[in-house]
Amino acid sequence: MDLLNQSVPLSWFLLLSAALFALGIVGFLLKRNIITVFLSIELMLNAVNLSFVTFAHQWHAVKGQIFVFFVMMVAAAEAAVGLAIIIAIFRARGTLAIDRIDLMKR
Amino acid sequence: MHVILFAVFAVFCLAGAINLLVQTHPINSALSLIVVMTSLAVLYLLLGAEFLAAAQVIVYSGAVMVLFTFVIMLLNAGREERTLGSRVARVIGLPAVVAILAVVATVILHTQGLGGAAMSQGFTTTEELSTVLFHELLLPFEVTSVLILIAILGAVALARVEGSSADDAERTGQ
Repeated sequence: MDLLNQSVPLSWFLLLSAALFALGIVGFLLKRNIITVFLSIELMLNAVNLSFVTFAHQWHAVKGQIFVFFVMMVAAAEAAVGLAIIIAIFRARGTLAIDRIDLMKR
Repeated sequence: MHVILFAVFAVFCLAGAINLLVQTHPINSALSLIVVMTSLAVLYLLLGAEFLAAAQVIVYSGAVMVLFTFVIMLLNAGREERTLGSRVARVIGLPAVVAILAVVATVILHTQGLGGAAMSQGFTTTEELSTVLFHELLLPFEVTSVLILIAILGAVALARVEGSSADDAERTGQ
């Protein structure tokens, strides 16, 4: 009965957010496909959104939630432009492997 | 009940994120990211953010991820090649990630005065949210619409095939 009414500590949400962000960085560093790298960036954005919502709950502040709303809008725009860039890269180079997109290294 | 709800969907989140890293095919990674985003929507609901939970499902797991799967299928993206990648990323990057995670976790665990989350504490209604959004933050909201318009134009300009049909027709006509 005690477990049923118990509230969830906010630090758990923050820890989950930190873990998701760390997994996003690991994906960004290790994945070799340009689309999966982009997916990892989206994962990091989501992790940050979770901590924004958590702190908005902690301080009873509506503006934290509005910030998440704006992050979502910008992320949607970013996804559209980023995927268009990926399509352009694929047309020019014929590959999605980031190891082969190395024109600026030479 | 809240603890169980949190535990179930936190595990979904972490499992989806780990699955994103383990899978080699981009489409599997994209689908596991949808699992992460939808579970996050439930956690937003637990934190009393009802509008954001709806927006998360509609904007993120809906619009953005449809765009991603569409591009993955359009480009016919195959299995990724397993290479070790850059040495700097492995030698400096991964220990740095672990260090950052450790520091952040210690700070969070030592923070006093963090409250708890339960649905019975009430939701931030869409009405409250929109009152602030359309009174105090009207200008940023309108600027965002301009940003999205520019992003659409940029996406079309970038994804357009160079010298496609219209231009070609003109050239061959002359």
